Amino acid sequence: MENHVKLISGAMTTLAIATASLVVLPYLQLRHEPPTTGLKPYTEVQLRGRQEYIRQGCVYCHSQQPRDPSQAPDDQRGWGRPSVAGDYYYDRPHLLGTMRTGPDLFNIGARQPSADWQLGHLYQPRAYTPGSIMPAYPFLFEVKSEAAPGDKVVALPPQFAPAGGVVVATQAAQDLVAYLLSLDRTFPALAPLADAGPASK
Amino acid sequence: MDIPLLLLSSFIIAVTGLFFFIWSLRKGLLDPDAAGAKVIFSPGEIGRVEEPAARAATQRELQRAMVFSPGEPDAGELQARLAADASSARPAFVLLGFAVFWLLVASLAGLTSSIKLHEPDWLTQYAWLSFGRIRTIHLNAVAYGWAPMAALGVALWMLPRLLKTTLEGARFAVWGAILWNIGLAIGIGCIAMGINDGMEWLEIPGQVGVLFAVGGAMIGLPLVFTLRRRKVEHLYVSVWYMGAALFWFPVLYIVAKLPNLHFGVEQATMNWWFGHNVLGLFYTPLSLAAVYYFLPKVIGRPIQSYNLSLIGFWCLAFFYGQVGGHHLVGGPVPEWMVTLSIVQSMMMIVPVVAFSLNQHLTMRGHFAALRHSPTLRFIVLGGMMYTLSSIQGSFEALRSVNTITHFTHFTVAHAHLGLYGFVTLVMFGAIYFAMPRILSREWPYPTLIAVHFWLVAIGFAIYFVSLTTAGVLQGFAMLDASKPFMESVRVTLPWLEGRSIGGALMTLGHLAFAAHFLLMALARGPKRSGAAILRPLARTA
Repeated sequence: MENHVKLISGAMTTLAIATASLVVLPYLQLRHEPPTTGLKPYTEVQLRGRQEYIRQGCVYCHSQQPRDPSQAPDDQRGWGRPSVAGDYYYDRPHLLGTMRTGPDLFNIGARQPSADWQLGHLYQPRAYTPGSIMPAYPFLFEVKSEAAPGDKVVALPPQFAPAGGVVVATQAAQDLVAYLLSLDRTFPALAPLADAGPASK
Repeated sequence: MDIPLLLLSSFIIAVTGLFFFIWSLRKGLLDPDAAGAKVIFSPGEIGRVEEPAARAATQRELQRAMVFSPGEPDAGELQARLAADASSARPAFVLLGFAVFWLLVASLAGLTSSIKLHEPDWLTQYAWLSFGRIRTIHLNAVAYGWAPMAALGVALWMLPRLLKTTLEGARFAVWGAILWNIGLAIGIGCIAMGINDGMEWLEIPGQVGVLFAVGGAMIGLPLVFTLRRRKVEHLYVSVWYMGAALFWFPVLYIVAKLPNLHFGVEQATMNWWFGHNVLGLFYTPLSLAAVYYFLPKVIGRPIQSYNLSLIGFWCLAFFYGQVGGHHLVGGPVPEWMVTLSIVQSMMMIVPVVAFSLNQHLTMRGHFAALRHSPTLRFIVLGGMMYTLSSIQGSFEALRSVNTITHFTHFTVAHAHLGLYGFVTLVMFGAIYFAMPRILSREWPYPTLIAVHFWLVAIGFAIYFVSLTTAGVLQGFAMLDASKPFMESVRVTLPWLEGRSIGGALMTLGHLAFAAHFLLMALARGPKRSGAAILRPLARTA
């Protein structure tokens, strides 16, 4: 190649094709996709909790995209029906995730609807799931000698509770749990667009 | 877009490709011994080895290991090369220095997060050390610290040599690098505090990203200026890769960071268009550029088939940009997009085979040179890892394979095969070659280079095998609905520990490398032949 202008033009053309196919076309196709019937916008508390989920990097171990039964038995694990594009209508940024070091959380609110369980599990995952490798989040909690009025005390199995004190959830922990409990897409998805459904048939 | 249309278009593309192939055969583009491959040598230089990282005695052995006898290079051209090296020395050194610093940060963060996966109650009191953050610090220190700083430093150093001119506007690069690294330090600080944009590979807040944009542009400027004052007629293939990468990356980053545009599932497709293309259209071409320069340079022999390398370039440009969608196989995204990405992932076999065939044919009969050249060991092993990781990636994109490997540690192992096995090893080799020229000084302790090589080679082998095994076991356990989810965690544990052992060896290797780099920069250690390294002819003649 003798001409660097031609070289760069060619290189940019190929990138333009790639951008068109992986960014622009999906944008045009999905832009008018309505939210799935039954999907509610997040409340302010849930949005704060969603921000906490991002702050702690939960997305690196938990996906939020159950797969089609023909591809993986995600539904048999209780993770829910395959997700569709409309389920993510209110999600910015998206939190689809690419890892399942821990289980998929798309419907964790339906699976574990107890706020006490969620709080205790965040404080010490191994108190509820023996063998879990999820990190403990003690910095989302305070250990006090006794609870003040209005404090959210975390109920823990006795052997995991600190001696001579109570564990109190910070606002951040409560927000995070509010978000987790909002993750419930057990309502049916309307028949998706013919070409916008789960990839595996 | 429907399936018949997709099949039809891929058929048309294939037929067009076939015609192009026949045409290129007719034009003699596939003949070996193209003149372009010899551009990196001065007249008479072919046959003479060049290995600044080795001891003088080792260099003589290397020359003996190559069968042909060297000619007498053109003194004027060698003088011009010295001038080229002098013009790029300062910016290249600044960038490589930053790169080594971030390599250390990234290694420690990576090792910490690896240990945390099997010791979940270790260091849990500090939010910034929790897995979700320290892992992200690791990724960003590699993705925006080590890899681009090393690759751009090597590119800045290679370009004046390749264009037989001096680097124009070196000061821009130095200031650009400083801005970039301030941005990165702030970005990593933000992640540690939990402030981030929430997408993999794009965590650093957009507001900080402005520093990257300005800094990156300033690093790129001298490369553009230098390209315009080149003194060579032909642009060597390394220049293609570097030139394209420098224009590709800013577009990727700007499109990805456009505020208030991306949403929901569309954002996920954009996320993986970006995440994959950073690897394929930035680190990969810059590393391939290094291989295509250093490999022939060390053994004093042009690459076997120059035109094959050009085919490799255009195939990479055409196919790689569209493979990102395979990260969403089975996800709630348009099916045509995933199919397109799978097809293009398989097509990537073409440029990869073009490259590996070329590397093998160039090295054939000369593998003994590996014994004598530290640069070559890193570069050739890195090149092999490129082949492995790309072929693995192509098959990983297939739905049948992806069903098992998706969402598992297998993907992490694969990413490390590309970014560590390939990019990082090639960069080590390139740095070993370039630094003696940049500082006009030899590496003080060549033994440390061997220590570095074996620590990272063995460490990475353990790392990769462990994590791949963990991923496959995890994938199969998760596909078996009769097993509880915890089974997929349990089976990975011994292998995650293995990963930490491998990672610890790699980190040790990096410590040896960084210490050596520092000693060299501070001019410590024995000086065997001083700046004699700048006159390699006197000793080999």
